[in-house]
Amino acid sequence: MGFFDKLKAGLKKTSQLLRTDIRDLFKSGEILSEKHLEQFEARLIQTDMGVAATTRIVSDLRQEHLGRTMKVDELWATVRATVKSILKGTSTTTYDPEQPLSPLNFSESRPTVILVAGVNGTGKTTTIAKLARLLTSQGKTVLLAAGDTFRAAAVEQLTLWSQRLGCDIVTKPAGTDPAAVAFAGCEAAVKAGVDVLIIDTAGRLHNQQNLMQELEKIRRVIAKQIPDAPHESLLVIDATTGQNGLNQAQAFSKAVSTTGLILSKLDGTARGGVAVAIRQQMGIPVKYVGVGEAIDDLEVFDPDQFAEALFAE
Amino acid sequence: MFESITQGLQGALTGIFRSGKLTEANIREGLKQVRQALLEADVEYNVATQFIEKVTAEAVGEKVLKSLRPDEQLIGIVHQQLIALMGPTDHSLHLRRDGINKIMMCGLQGAGKTTTCGKLARKLKAEGWKPLLVAADMQRPAAIEQLKTLGQQLDVPVYAEAPGGNPVAVCKNGLAHAKTAGANVVIFDTAGRLHVDDRLMFELEQIDSRVQPDQVYLVCDAMTGQDAVRSAKAFNDALELDGVILTKLDGDTRGGAAISVKQVTGVPIKFVGMGEQLDRLEPFHPDRMAGRILGMGDIVTLFERAQEEFDAEEMERQQQRMLKGRFTLEDFRNQMKQVRRLGSLGDIMKMIPGMGGLLDQFQNIDAEKDMGRIDAIISSMTLEERQNPDRIDRSRRTRIARGSGTDPADVNRLLKDFDNMSSMMQKMSGLGVKDRFRAVQDLAKVGGMNPAAGLQAQKQRSKRGPADADLAAEKKKKARKEAKKQRKKNR
Ligand SMILES: Nc1nc2c(ncn2[C@@H]2O[C@H](COP(=O)(O)OP(=O)(O)OP(=O)(O)O)[C@@H](O)[C@H]2O)c(=O)[nH]1
Ligand SMILES: Nc1nc2c(ncn2[C@@H]2O[C@H](COP(=O)(O)OP(=O)(O)OP(=O)(O)O)[C@@H](O)[C@H]2O)c(=O)[nH]1
Ligand SMILES: [Mg+2]
Ligand SMILES: [Mg+2]
Repeated sequence: MGFFDKLKAGLKKTSQLLRTDIRDLFKSGEILSEKHLEQFEARLIQTDMGVAATTRIVSDLRQEHLGRTMKVDELWATVRATVKSILKGTSTTTYDPEQPLSPLNFSESRPTVILVAGVNGTGKTTTIAKLARLLTSQGKTVLLAAGDTFRAAAVEQLTLWSQRLGCDIVTKPAGTDPAAVAFAGCEAAVKAGVDVLIIDTAGRLHNQQNLMQELEKIRRVIAKQIPDAPHESLLVIDATTGQNGLNQAQAFSKAVSTTGLILSKLDGTARGGVAVAIRQQMGIPVKYVGVGEAIDDLEVFDPDQFAEALFAE
Repeated sequence: MFESITQGLQGALTGIFRSGKLTEANIREGLKQVRQALLEADVEYNVATQFIEKVTAEAVGEKVLKSLRPDEQLIGIVHQQLIALMGPTDHSLHLRRDGINKIMMCGLQGAGKTTTCGKLARKLKAEGWKPLLVAADMQRPAAIEQLKTLGQQLDVPVYAEAPGGNPVAVCKNGLAHAKTAGANVVIFDTAGRLHVDDRLMFELEQIDSRVQPDQVYLVCDAMTGQDAVRSAKAFNDALELDGVILTKLDGDTRGGAAISVKQVTGVPIKFVGMGEQLDRLEPFHPDRMAGRILGMGDIVTLFERAQEEFDAEEMERQQQRMLKGRFTLEDFRNQMKQVRRLGSLGDIMKMIPGMGGLLDQFQNIDAEKDMGRIDAIISSMTLEERQNPDRIDRSRRTRIARGSGTDPADVNRLLKDFDNMSSMMQKMSGLGVKDRFRAVQDLAKVGGMNPAAGLQAQKQRSKRGPADADLAAEKKKKARKEAKKQRKKNR
């Protein structure tokens, strides 16, 4: 099942409801009024995209259709176009779903270093396993570094994944300074000449200063050892997250210069609209989406499909 | 961003206040903003809409229309209704002394189930129960290991089988094990699952029917957005929940999911997770949550913390002195020290209703540093000077400035601010709590509440030149007068 199918499958259970809402709202033949727009605004809010993105979509609708006879298909076309343009941002790069590694920035010389961070329980460790799978399936060699030395059995969790993947892993005992794990990871990656090093970090809430400083330190240690590293600093955001996702993106960006988002758990009914808000307000692109707990459940982010799924009929 | 809700809300309510009367029209406008605030706090759309309807029904009544204090009354109604919606509280786990109590945890992936199992086990053990943890997550890599590690940390037994087995069987076996092991509370840690995953939801129902838990708790991430209603409803439909535990509230989320979840499940929110450590489990308080969602601050928590941190005798002594109008610079400094023990100024401000909005003003003021300066100035005074600031003349001022590494003008500002403050305190000591609050808020509006405001202004002025200094002083004087007038009017 592809990304879109999975999204649709997840959405199907509630899309019936959504669709009737929308049909109720925009009846072909009626004149589009402010009242319609106001109601539609609320529906957009329900995707978690937030007030700013919602306002932009509604204002585009207003501009093009207010006072005119509604044609549902045309209204939807406008909405989709706006969402897509927000998601694509000003950059011209779109990722090629056929090239699963296209969203990643690779270093010219080995190793490429990917740092993965995020708040607690978003799916960092699982996503790392999925990413490693993607990389190895494309012929890259991967080394993992178990940088979460805090949470109970976090090291064991990543170790189990590495065994399933058949790739090497650098670990240190629980309680070790995570920067030391990152250091050892860099060292081992250089020595072994692997293509990609992926570093796991413990979940941390972005408002906890000391933990964010710890993360900054990890990044500094990496940068000191390998020029221009980390080449990717990925933030994993749970698709069920509400407006707090924006705070997360802001704080992590500040600490470790986030280069991209991975939106996990999109296989549920949450629409992940907060990614739209993050893209709109901060310009950070979504690179991949997680659509399940299994190792192959990672897909290249496709703004077109995402927008379709947001409003799947 | 964090304070936008407070500001929006206060903006709307200020409008009502200005018009002097509570009309149906201006209450609508205000409530529209309340609704916006709720949506931004992640309260689900329909839940927010229903809530506003309820508040409207409550507020647009004769009694309210005749009211003299529309702003307070409206915000009071909103706050009360939120509390009502999230209550009543029930912090009990409803344990029986005879037999084996069974608690089952469920929820979405990564919500915090396993950690919360550990937290509950810790709490129960401290209360003298004999908990047993059962590792029923056979799915996620190292999930069993995680629970075992927690059990070890707590010295609480964990029942586990090899990964990949059948979770229903593990729960059954775990229960049997509890009987032989002499445990009296069994906590089942189930795997995370999506509410739309039919197979896994069915598995949960099977565990439920086989084990017959006394209490089933949904563990819910406080950062959840609009989707909270769907998942909570699905879990409740499948299992008939007995309670909700809201995790990760140590973050800066508004936590609107609390309202959504309570609304769709109807079961009490029992506890909140306030950190990753196993001792960070606290009872849920609707009033605090309501304040948090509205951005009104968490004054109760502040008071509680203040009680823990403040030296009660010292406070009592100061209060007596204040009443007698004998509040000295020494007292001022002591008070400042006490306040600083509570945390950073920013943290404190956030917890005081109505003060959150001031935070922006504080952003370019290094309040902590300025407090340090005030401390240094007072330290450089003799005891006599601290008790009788009137006696500080020019030469003493110069000496104090030199001793504290500041400017004589800084010393002067501090003395002036202190003068303002002590007269204000004398006045306040005669007021009721409500009026006192208002007085503090008025004072805050003109910058009088910030002990460092004067110093900061001085610093800026020295850069800009003396002409501006007079202007700024004039402006401030005017503002103070305005505030005084306003206070009189409000009385
Ligand atoms: N349904 C679904 N579950 C996911 C997805 N990604 C991760 N998970 C699950 O989410 C839970 C948490 O995943 P982890 O990878 O442990 O999350 P983490 O961010 O590393 O967590 P901490 O290290 O504790 O902060 C696990 O149960 C995963 O199986 C996804 O895309 N979809
Ligand atoms: N900051 C904070 N982190 C928490 C809290 N509760 C749990 N966590 C963290 O959230 C992450 C996920 O917690 P788990 O207990 O593994 O969650 P789970 O629901 O068992 O996850 P799965 O079994 O994978 O579905 C971990 O990093 C925990 O340390 C809390 O109250 N505050
Ligand atoms: Mg992890
Ligand atoms: Mg778990």
